[in-house]
Amino acid sequence: MTTFAELPPGFADKVLSAQSTFRSVMDAMARPGSVQRVAANAGVPAGMMRGSAAIALTLFDHDTPIWLDAAMSATSDVARWLKFHTSAPVVADSSISSFALIGDAASLPALDRFAFGSNEYPDRSTTLVLQVDSLTQGPGFELKGPGIDGTALLQAMIRPLDLFERLSINETLFPRGIDVVLVHDDAIVAIPRTTRLVASGV
Amino acid sequence: MGLTGQNSKEAQRKAAMAVLAHASGAEIAGRLADIELPAHETLREPENGLVMLRGRIGGDGAPFNLGEATVSRAAVRLASGEVGFGYTLGRDAQKARMIALCDAMVQSAEFSGEVEAKVIAPLREHLSAERNRKGRETAATRVDFYTMVRGEG
Repeated sequence: MTTFAELPPGFADKVLSAQSTFRSVMDAMARPGSVQRVAANAGVPAGMMRGSAAIALTLFDHDTPIWLDAAMSATSDVARWLKFHTSAPVVADSSISSFALIGDAASLPALDRFAFGSNEYPDRSTTLVLQVDSLTQGPGFELKGPGIDGTALLQAMIRPLDLFERLSINETLFPRGIDVVLVHDDAIVAIPRTTRLVASGV
Repeated sequence: MGLTGQNSKEAQRKAAMAVLAHASGAEIAGRLADIELPAHETLREPENGLVMLRGRIGGDGAPFNLGEATVSRAAVRLASGEVGFGYTLGRDAQKARMIALCDAMVQSAEFSGEVEAKVIAPLREHLSAERNRKGRETAATRVDFYTMVRGEG
């Protein structure tokens, strides 16, 4: 009878888990290309990875419209879980979303379908949470930018393969732009809008 | 479950909630200690928040915002799948969790009778006794005002 019977729980320890996840995301954003771990324990709906679930529970609230890609919205599990635990509205229009959850990175839509923010409010942009196949193995990506001493090497199986080429629009858009958080299981890597690709091994 | 069955279940949950929300946390804990609790997990950890209280002057005036009240809420799921929700005024997180647990047990066919008999009924009795006592105390100090009609001259 009840529709909540199958819903995975949220954080076991709300405050400390949200704080430690926030710290991981902040460190990842401050050191682009570095792999950070999300230690928090939470239930995970089908289709989501542990890292993206913890990020959702930490950063999403009723003020942050969420856009789900086809893989995430294949069943209503993710949307219902988000609504119950974060009360974030799930929107169909990606250009007004604060966060976009991408389960199947290969079919990432064109980046100009997301919000870039405005020159007055560059923070009103979409942050992509992209689930990838690996963040420790795969082709190397050499990155530079604020927060990186010299260059940083990221080894990852990232799809779409041309992700960094697509992100090069950030150069001309600045201060507007798109921030990306790559997630694999409990590992996260942030690619903020100021990070540039030096060389890639793809 | 038919529509009437559902409605009566809903009425039972409502009645239970009305009692539990007004009982103190310690009272509920004392009653719950008497029964064997089923296996359950916390779906939503107890959390505090604010609700806006609205009022109407005279009952039919335009609604206005009276002020905000602190509310705690929690959600609990029994191993058998029933999900209970608890909301209560104030910041007593454990009370919200116990209310959610009672709500889940009221819905379960297995525990409904026991929780009704050993937790909710005694609390209801205590609550109504307390209300009657207060009512009597208030009634004892009642004063009737009346105006005497002043005579001519």
